[in-house]
Amino acid sequence: MPVNAIKPYNFPAEDTEANFHGARLVYVGWNRHLMFATPYAWPLPPNMPFGALTQGPMAGAFAQHPDWEKIDWSVVAWTKNGEPFTPDYEASLAENGIVHKDSLRFTTPGLDGIGGLGQ
Amino acid sequence: MDLQVAKKKLGLKERYALMTRGLGWETTYQKMDDVFPMDTFEGIKIHDWEAWEDPFRLTMDSYWKYQAEKERKLYAIVDAFAQNNGHLTVSDARYINTVKLFINALAPLEYQSHRGFAHIGRQFRGVGPRVACLMQSLDELRHAQTQVHAISNYNRYYNGMAEFRHHFDYMPYLQVPRSFFEDATAAGPFEFITAIGFSFEYVLTNLVFVPFISGAAYNGDMGAMTFGFSAQSDEARHMTLGLEVIKFMLEQDPGNVPIVQKWLNKWTWRGVRVLTLVAMMQDYMLPKRVMSWAEAWEIYFEENCGALFRDLERYGITMPPCVEQVRKERDHLSHMAWSQFYQGRGTNDFHTWLPSAEEMDWLSAKYPETFDQYYRPRFEYWAKLEAEGKPFESAGMPMQCQLCQIPMFFTEPGEPLVLAQRHRHHDGEQYHFCSEYCAEIFDDEPEKYIQAKIPVHQIYQGKQFPEGTDPTAEGFDPAAAVGAFLRLDPASTGNFVGSQDEANFNMWRGLTRSND
Amino acid sequence: MSRTESSVFVALQANADTRELVEAILADNPHAVLHEDPAMVRISAVGSLSVHAESVSERIGRDYDLQEMHINLISLSGHVDETDETFTLSWAN
Repeated sequence: MPVNAIKPYNFPAEDTEANFHGARLVYVGWNRHLMFATPYAWPLPPNMPFGALTQGPMAGAFAQHPDWEKIDWSVVAWTKNGEPFTPDYEASLAENGIVHKDSLRFTTPGLDGIGGLGQ
Repeated sequence: MDLQVAKKKLGLKERYALMTRGLGWETTYQKMDDVFPMDTFEGIKIHDWEAWEDPFRLTMDSYWKYQAEKERKLYAIVDAFAQNNGHLTVSDARYINTVKLFINALAPLEYQSHRGFAHIGRQFRGVGPRVACLMQSLDELRHAQTQVHAISNYNRYYNGMAEFRHHFDYMPYLQVPRSFFEDATAAGPFEFITAIGFSFEYVLTNLVFVPFISGAAYNGDMGAMTFGFSAQSDEARHMTLGLEVIKFMLEQDPGNVPIVQKWLNKWTWRGVRVLTLVAMMQDYMLPKRVMSWAEAWEIYFEENCGALFRDLERYGITMPPCVEQVRKERDHLSHMAWSQFYQGRGTNDFHTWLPSAEEMDWLSAKYPETFDQYYRPRFEYWAKLEAEGKPFESAGMPMQCQLCQIPMFFTEPGEPLVLAQRHRHHDGEQYHFCSEYCAEIFDDEPEKYIQAKIPVHQIYQGKQFPEGTDPTAEGFDPAAAVGAFLRLDPASTGNFVGSQDEANFNMWRGLTRSND
Repeated sequence: MSRTESSVFVALQANADTRELVEAILADNPHAVLHEDPAMVRISAVGSLSVHAESVSERIGRDYDLQEMHINLISLSGHVDETDETFTLSWAN
């Protein structure tokens, strides 16, 4: 619905991809690991291999959790914006169809947080 | 002029009308619509401005007299507090971090409110509400000034307060209260006064006031208690103005009812989201606890606002539907928030810390359905890591809600182990939200919220480096650059334990108790 | 909570200036309930609550202007009606 205003109300979106110097924003959250209060946000090059995301920025943030080193990436389940998503770890983000501001979540079956309590 | 004679002949209502109604007239050499260009575009229809009932009938002479009296009392106490090193009487130096939260997050809202009421005090075509808004504008400026003045006593000795103006413009967590208020001030006058005069200052005011000022009283902070009471003494007039405006709009035209309902729904939700900071303060930051957020919600919303919304039912107004979700979040809110502020403590301008065993037992008792099941495990794990010298700290920047701008740490109502997330598209871009209610507010006016300067995104756009920074230079440290841009003193960040504040407070208080 | 149980309240600073004011309110509103918290009092009442200037004046030995209450008022709940003689809080339901 349009904004009620006394003059024409048209302003550009603040967070278009063009404003991020060649990167696109990607959000990643680890399901049932609530020790990490929120998903994280990273500006990533579209040609970055998906595997470089998991072993790079994600490892930097999530490796503090004792479950991280036990992850079997072959059974990890992903969603993208709430829909099931099967990434090709060798392909780039762009080739995987990951666009600017996509929100990814992953579940690690069998690894259920501190004490198995989802933390 | 001595009004004693007038008092015997005219009643209060008549005296007040005499002194205020003459300030408004039907213009003749300019059209009324040109003199008041902003009071019809929102769709609110007022057929008879004369039907406005002045809630409090405080003429200017009385206003100055009583406000001056309040100021005299306040400044006498603020002076005594400074002269006597009042900061050393607080229960525990952790408490001072609630004062930092206040100056950084709430005092600037008083100033924004001053600006907002000054604006709408010019825009309403009825003179009664214009006068009331101008008085409120003066009150809010007084609040901002007294709070800055009183808290300056703490600023002399403790970190995290000196840059409150700059931080309010740029610190990530402070964009939550700031964007809340800017949403209101960027709206039309009727929405502004519904949002602030009613939703914030009537429906939710006690949920802000009681935690902070009772917290001050319980923790030996005479300075904050004093400015709190001084500001609150104006609040009764503000609350009454807010309620009167709502009644007036609802009585003037049935077409106003759905517009007012929409605003009540939106601003109750936005207000409660901002109060996340207060819930966290109340449950985690007061060494001497007053009551839990859950208890305050029961008294100051469920009981008090129950009566209010029953009163408004006769106009067709209903309790905002978001209240159901607020109820579900009630026993989770403070714990989720403190978890975020603890792990993100490198970018706060106040300290955080882990609750002690005794404090966790208090939390268990106050939150029997949630604390032990969902939150104690993480606090105990983090305490173990601290004891091992490997304290847990977040190593990434959080995803934030496009609307409320809070980091997305809210869990699905009813599913406390699932982080909530909602998703929208607008004009080729996508946006994420912490809740259905934030997403719906976006749906109603997307053009407004697509402009938001989401803090983490601003950093990634390179807009939070000092001017002249070259991010491609050798050895560039983005975290340091952002810290410099934010004017964030590292001594003000991080854990309270081991902080300069802790060391100084202990040393100074020790000095008052020995002759060495 | 049933329809008939909407309560109004007035909250005041607890200090030397409000002692007699609180006494007057409680005396004039037998259905009112006093809650005491640090540094403040809250007086709640089902339906309505009235503060009478004369009642306060009798207790303090001088003419009390009801608007003096502004100095010590903390919060309130209910619709306000203000005259020189009486300050009333009520809900319409």
